[in-house]
Amino acid sequence: MRLCRTCGLKSNLTGYAVDDLIAEFLTETAESLEVVDSELVKFEANPNERKTLDNIFRLVHTVKGTCGFLGLGRLEAVAHAGETLLGRFRDGKLEVTSDAVTLVLHSIDRIKFILSGLESTGNEPDGDDHDLIAQLEAMAEGQAVDISAVQAVEVPDRPIGSEPDPILAPEVVQKEPERNLRPGEVSEAELEAAFAAAEAPDWMNEAVAEVEPELSVSEVAPAPVAAAPVAAKAAPTASDAPAPVMGEDNAIATTQSIRVSVDVLEGLMTLVSEMVLTRNQLLQISRTREDSAFATPLQRLSTLTGELQDSVMKTRMQPIGAAWKKLPRLVRDLSHELGKKIDLVMDGEGTELDRQVLELIRDPLTHMVRNSADHGLEPTAERIELGKPANGTVKLSAFHEGGYIVIRIADNGRGLNTARIREKIIEKALAPRNEVEAMSDQQIHRFIFAPGFSTAAKVTNLSGRGVGMDVVRTNIEQIGGQIDLVSIMGQGTTFTIKIPLTLAIVSALIVGAGGQKFAVPQTSVMELVRTGANAEHKIEKINDALVLRLRDKLLPLVQLGPTMQLEAAQSEDPTFVMVIQVGERRYGLVVNDVLDTEEIVVKPLAGILRSVQAFSGATILGDGSVVLILDPNALSEYAGNIIDEKSAEDGEIVVASTENEKVAMLLFKAGYGAPKAVELAHITRLEHIEVEKIERMDGRAALQYRGKLMPILNVSEGSGLMNEGIQPLLVFTGEGYAMALAVDEIVDVVEDSLSIELSPDRQGVRGTAVVAGRACEILDVDYYQFRGLAEHARKTTTESDAGKVAA
Amino acid sequence: MSIRDYVTLRVGGQLFGVDAARVHDVFHPRGLTPVPLSRSEIAGVLNLRGRIVTAVCARRRLGLGPREEGAPEPLAIGLEVHGDSYGLVIDSVDEVLKLDDEKFHAAPGNLPPRWAEIIVGVYQLEKELLIVLDPHTLLDAGHLKAA
Repeated sequence: MRLCRTCGLKSNLTGYAVDDLIAEFLTETAESLEVVDSELVKFEANPNERKTLDNIFRLVHTVKGTCGFLGLGRLEAVAHAGETLLGRFRDGKLEVTSDAVTLVLHSIDRIKFILSGLESTGNEPDGDDHDLIAQLEAMAEGQAVDISAVQAVEVPDRPIGSEPDPILAPEVVQKEPERNLRPGEVSEAELEAAFAAAEAPDWMNEAVAEVEPELSVSEVAPAPVAAAPVAAKAAPTASDAPAPVMGEDNAIATTQSIRVSVDVLEGLMTLVSEMVLTRNQLLQISRTREDSAFATPLQRLSTLTGELQDSVMKTRMQPIGAAWKKLPRLVRDLSHELGKKIDLVMDGEGTELDRQVLELIRDPLTHMVRNSADHGLEPTAERIELGKPANGTVKLSAFHEGGYIVIRIADNGRGLNTARIREKIIEKALAPRNEVEAMSDQQIHRFIFAPGFSTAAKVTNLSGRGVGMDVVRTNIEQIGGQIDLVSIMGQGTTFTIKIPLTLAIVSALIVGAGGQKFAVPQTSVMELVRTGANAEHKIEKINDALVLRLRDKLLPLVQLGPTMQLEAAQSEDPTFVMVIQVGERRYGLVVNDVLDTEEIVVKPLAGILRSVQAFSGATILGDGSVVLILDPNALSEYAGNIIDEKSAEDGEIVVASTENEKVAMLLFKAGYGAPKAVELAHITRLEHIEVEKIERMDGRAALQYRGKLMPILNVSEGSGLMNEGIQPLLVFTGEGYAMALAVDEIVDVVEDSLSIELSPDRQGVRGTAVVAGRACEILDVDYYQFRGLAEHARKTTTESDAGKVAA
Repeated sequence: MSIRDYVTLRVGGQLFGVDAARVHDVFHPRGLTPVPLSRSEIAGVLNLRGRIVTAVCARRRLGLGPREEGAPEPLAIGLEVHGDSYGLVIDSVDEVLKLDDEKFHAAPGNLPPRWAEIIVGVYQLEKELLIVLDPHTLLDAGHLKAA
């Protein structure tokens, strides 16, 4: 046994010095404990990994050492017992069992619990840890231990939506419950509590955005931080916790970095933002004066400002892995509680994004992973019965795409129950029955984002709190993000989230309408279409609703001037339509003028204006004027009866099909029933492949095609792969993937007008049409492409296995 | 006995006072950008030395009629509520008065509700009454809705 009751120094340090030390200690410990959590889960999965164990041991040891030094007896005792047990693992004297790991995790929870008490009161809370310590010691001695006997302390994780505004840091909520933070907004000085600094410069008020301490202890009990002097001091120091980047292996390695308080960074950021604005103003002035001797130095200043802005932005960037740290532990606990075997695969942890954004998506992500594990995956027994791998997989991945970060949460579970959702929509009257019946599966699935929608048949204590995906969606949309899903029954669900990398500065289009200027965030503008009397695209009217014909689709229009109730708008001629995409909705915003694009710093609107939902904030332009920033999402609702893009498209198909245009179509046979047809334009190639070359793995088929594995799907039940001979395939390709449909026989290619006369009776079919004198089912290519995509997502996890089969 | 400073101002001929410690500055509200779809009390937003200030019209807030034609350019006093900057647009600013708490009275009970909730109390000056306004309720979104 190790003896580490460090030094008799204990508390001859008094007063302020000790408070400071404790604050510092809380910061460090919180960091260490987060690492321990995820390391332990790794360790359980792979007990022979010596390095992982060493890491854990060292971390717990450090915690213990510091406790002793500060005279925190209760903490020290628990850490000590935990360390002893870990020591036995390390010496190889004790086998690593799931129970043992659970016990160590219990002791870590206990440590967090004590720390939270320490944070809020400055003293260790009273309590008895003998039960836990006895268990730890017994386990270390190699005795059998009933771990259920240990009373697990509740370490509540903030459930999403449990607070008035769930995207806020809890401290902020408590301080100013009536304020809603908006994207890019920064809130009142939390610092004031800590340093009673009287007169801060103007920007300080805004500088100190949610100082959410990264401390897990603060989540243990979202303590009124400002209440206790110790805690108040702890907060600013604690908040810099996320600064050091924790890679997988170098968690403890010393890096070339220093700790900087987040407040300082936020302050810098605000200063730079203001500087960018001032630069813009200067540039505006210099543009109007040609002879200016300032032109050259100003140009230089402008470049430097841009570079400075980039550098400061970089300091705010953090790997998304920081928001994932708690997930391994979460999934492990879930796995135990639900009796499901769950693998959590994480990919792209190093992908960086602004820490403000990171904080805002932490909760939604946790919620979604929990959802996937709880509702998405089937119980192990059911999976085995279905012939699926016993271990369910939840896969998290992240990557950059343009100015966005894309995050995917994919499970290979049961997929969404479309029929059940349909019923629920009707039952809850979220949409009229006839509309619901006409909707595609994809449209139905998106209803899980509707407010008040929850399909969980059973409420577990982990999820199903009645707040669900609608809160997630709201949170993500509030930061200018988008969320969508693809779900295939029996194969799993994939959520895709797209979020801007930063919120502080956005590029915006400055538009004019009704004699006033407005800013529109560029990210939501898909394209600009010139309209007007002589333009190619004309605005047309259906009853009172305005629409634009754009590439054979009807785009519903919202007129900015009249919507804003600006009188001057009545005498204006619309000149531009901005095509705006919000989630799955697309509409056109009619403006009178497009004036400029400008990088703008988003400022929140004052409280008195927050009820006006059309605006997400305001900004100061280069010429010093204030413009309001339009919220494209809210605007789509202002316009009211907007036709859903999808239905507009569907309507269009009917219109198009009544025209007597001839379309080249491929006729083929697959399964029983009528011959089938698909527009030739959708097909990339026809292939004839020897059946032997097709690889099969647990009921699915794939082909090595141009160096990659291409999934092969069946057209319908009753059709399938041939047993021998040559298999005809229709190959479809899309961005970065290919898929094939197995058919029985290719009949003919004909040119005929496509007019669908009977509506579809099942998925994958658009309807029935007469082609070349015969009634044919017309294939819905989109449906199969979605399935192909889902297959690809699945395949990446099983590709290595498939490789083995092929060899 | 304690003395307080009040910035005194006039709206529609009536004398009002605001605790001087709450008033950040006095300025001419110029370059206003109107905020469509907002309540009628909102005069607009403006850029005051790099900060965005929301201008609120005191006349409309108090339910008074519009300004007479040819009246001098209005002024605004800068106030901060819940961390947001506001400018309360008024007709004119008088002097800063030092007033004794002893002369302070609670607001009389027969005021219209719109007034009653934004008034802290009343001072009896020699010539007239000085109505002390509470910037918080004056500019608070919740109270505004109720009004």
